[in-house]
Amino acid sequence: MASLRSSCLLGASSVRTALRPGARIGAAFTRSMASVSEVPAQPEAKLRSFQIYRWNPDTPSEKPRLQTYTLDLNKTGPMILDALIRIKNELDPTVTFRRSCREGICGSCAMNINGQNTLACLCKIPLDTAADVKIYPLPHTYVVKDLVPDLTHFYKQYKSIKPYLQRDTPAEDGKEYRQSKADRKKLDGLYECILCACCSTSCPSYWWNSEEYLGPAILLQSYRWLADSRDERTAERKTNLENSMSLYRCHTILNCTKACPKGLNPGLAVAEIKKTMALGN
Amino acid sequence: MIAQRVGVAALRRGAAQPFFAQTLPRAALAASMSTTPTRSWSTSACRRPISPHLGIYKMEQTWFGASAWTRITGCVLSGTMYTYMAAYVVAPLVGLHIESASVAAAFGSLPFAIKGGLKFALGFPFAFHFFVGLKHLVYDMGKGFAKDTIIKSEKILWGVSIVGGLVLAFFV
Repeated sequence: MASLRSSCLLGASSVRTALRPGARIGAAFTRSMASVSEVPAQPEAKLRSFQIYRWNPDTPSEKPRLQTYTLDLNKTGPMILDALIRIKNELDPTVTFRRSCREGICGSCAMNINGQNTLACLCKIPLDTAADVKIYPLPHTYVVKDLVPDLTHFYKQYKSIKPYLQRDTPAEDGKEYRQSKADRKKLDGLYECILCACCSTSCPSYWWNSEEYLGPAILLQSYRWLADSRDERTAERKTNLENSMSLYRCHTILNCTKACPKGLNPGLAVAEIKKTMALGN
Repeated sequence: MIAQRVGVAALRRGAAQPFFAQTLPRAALAASMSTTPTRSWSTSACRRPISPHLGIYKMEQTWFGASAWTRITGCVLSGTMYTYMAAYVVAPLVGLHIESASVAAAFGSLPFAIKGGLKFALGFPFAFHFFVGLKHLVYDMGKGFAKDTIIKSEKILWGVSIVGGLVLAFFV
């Protein structure tokens, strides 16, 4: 074991030196003199402009506008979120947006980039074109500030579908509710949803009817609980959807499936709900 | 169908509270849930802009999406039908002749290009609406929802409908 570990260490240090030309083995303090003298040739600046939607609640009478910021892509990370963070850090600290995990887990940085809803952290800055990148908040939402949308209603709708296990019978073994592997598999593609609202706010039906229509994200979650073999309120859940607005405002436009940054399929989930409602099983 | 929907929507709207009162519960809710104590959301909510939507979203998913064109072609078809039927009822009163025979005779005397154009203007909406209807029957079975299938089926739909429209215009 000890020999194994030391060989690992050796491997690691050799990798490190390979990655850092000019660094010497065993000299931890070497930001060496050599590296200072070797000034690497500056690559030509790759400038790209970002047009960002701005609206400030402190001056509510001013109309929303697009503000343009130009960055050198050589000094910017590959993703749109990297560009936004750099703009906020270096160009304009008043630019406001939500972000947290920077790896597509939290769903905070959902926004409309070049006409497509997606997560800024999972969206690469397009390199095949020199056109400006246009960034708007999620479409047809109340704007809190700049790129921050008000999702209060969205969360309220999520709460309304009772997104938790509802059971009356206690577990057989008194410990946990079991389900077969096949039943568990039905939840794949549903439980991964991070509620970023990219799909719901891409849906024209949701734009015009968001007061009553639940929208793809919440319907996908509805289906997640309808499909769960452990849940015992399936009938009640279906009754709640049995009206013209909650579910049936979906016209299979399928912008939701095209938008989902997690590669899920809300369109299919909604179709499955409609199918089970129609067939009554 | 759409006319009926408009009626139902109007009824529903009439039954609900007056429109200016509808924003109040939302604003009140936002105020109670807000974690920002310094700003009164209930007052500023009314002045918040709605973020742009149709104007900025990808055109192929809004203006040129199959869904929008299902509605457009449906409106063209039913609109034509309603217009013709209403005119048919009124025609004898104002002394117009729009029975099938006279319409066919008048149509026959038009130049070829205009004949074809008019027939395509009705043939394409019919073909599109027909094929999109078939597509929706497949959707109802829960099939064809894979992302690449969606994109492929839209291209096929447009191709088949244009060909179908041309067939109806020039070969029927």
